[in-house]
Amino acid sequence: MKEELFVSGRDIPNIDPYLNIWHWQIPGYLYLGGLAAGILFFAALYTILNKEKEMQATVKWASFIPPIALVVGLFFLFLDLKHKPFFWQLYTTIRLESPMSWGAWVLMAITPLSFIWAGSYLREAWPKWDWKFKFLYDFEAWVQRNRYWFAWPILFLSVILGIYTGILLSAFNARPLWNTSILGPLFLTSGMSTGVAAILLLTKDKTERHRLTVIDLILIGIEVFLIIHLIMGFRASTAVQIEASRLFLGGQFTVVFWTFVFTLGLIFPAILEVLELRGYHLPAYIPAILVLFGGLVFRFIMVEAGQITRYLY
Amino acid sequence: MRYAMAIDTRKCVGCGDCVVACQVENNVPIGYCRDWVVESMAGTYPKLEIEIRSERCNHCDNAPCVRCCPTGASHIVEGGIVLVTHQKCIGCGACIQSCPYDARYSHPDGYVDKCTFCNHRIAEGKDPACVSVCPTKCMYFGDLDDPNSPVSKALQDRRYKTLAPEAGTHPQIYYLL
Repeated sequence: MKEELFVSGRDIPNIDPYLNIWHWQIPGYLYLGGLAAGILFFAALYTILNKEKEMQATVKWASFIPPIALVVGLFFLFLDLKHKPFFWQLYTTIRLESPMSWGAWVLMAITPLSFIWAGSYLREAWPKWDWKFKFLYDFEAWVQRNRYWFAWPILFLSVILGIYTGILLSAFNARPLWNTSILGPLFLTSGMSTGVAAILLLTKDKTERHRLTVIDLILIGIEVFLIIHLIMGFRASTAVQIEASRLFLGGQFTVVFWTFVFTLGLIFPAILEVLELRGYHLPAYIPAILVLFGGLVFRFIMVEAGQITRYLY
Repeated sequence: MRYAMAIDTRKCVGCGDCVVACQVENNVPIGYCRDWVVESMAGTYPKLEIEIRSERCNHCDNAPCVRCCPTGASHIVEGGIVLVTHQKCIGCGACIQSCPYDARYSHPDGYVDKCTFCNHRIAEGKDPACVSVCPTKCMYFGDLDDPNSPVSKALQDRRYKTLAPEAGTHPQIYYLL
């Protein structure tokens, strides 16, 4: 038996009895960042592949989501800061060792790009839109002519943004549940899957829907593989990570993780998508909404559970 | 120069004077603390062992809080003391997440706060407040590079441990066994 007590008394808000310094804002921020990264990645990819006409929802209509998602996500991050008047200090330095620092700079680059990208399609969506100033019309025409060259940095930055949402957590060695390099690819894949799901809600084109459904199935397959790999890695690791994995294997997050994330967020939508590809007529919004919901719950669980895990001494 | 602290777990009685001294010296808000006392009991009755530890920021050589800070608010000054510049801290909580010892907290004013080894007292040639008030003299502070400092002498004569060395942080609070 080993028992540890604070004999001097210690009940610091959000630290004791277990760490809970990050609340809903951070998982919300990570979710919206991943969603935006997923949509921007496929918009840029199909532009580079010169498939704008076949993939209209992917390249055009869904691209209005990322600027909103990124601004709302950054607002969530701002809400989470405890020393808000000093938030601008984030942009006074670049600290490569700090994922939060380079994440802030990546967001600084990709957010305006997402606005420019969406803006270049604004008059296609709302033909009566008036830019008011001639230079804005000129800028729009210039962006429309150079979309290919905008697509490359967006593609690159969206991958970094997607990975960043996972690495932000995995860089914390003190939280054994987060401290695994699988979290970067896992959050990237999950972000891409939620991005595809959001596009699926917008598309009415059969070819585009078929193509996106196949992509989503592949992404779900990769996610399932990474989750299994994550848990196997924990089980084969040190005492603190074995302890961390117990949260999902009998511990307090078991039911919510395996029900809402794994079954309803991954397996069930995958089955529905397979049935759809085999010709069954199913409402396409159901798997998409399930994937979006599963991705959100996944981030909430990972942030909440990770904070509970710690070194034992 | 490398400041460090050694705490004799056999002399510490867990009175909590170090905690109160720190709170008074550093004007720590009510309900918060920069140091605390842990009583660790191991074994089965009647063979029980108690270890009493006064804990605080470990002023790690490889400080994850400094690495992950996005603004550079968390930094290391001469002597290896880890400090937080309040005007640079945005209160993102990354350093709190990164600390294996849960030694940091969010001050009610927004910035992150923690033990400073009472660097304002060190500058005057005094010991940290916790060390100076300890009634059993179980805490030793000084420069590890000086073989005659109280901390160096304490570590020369006794077996010691650090907390969670497997975290790779190279903590600079030593517990004499």
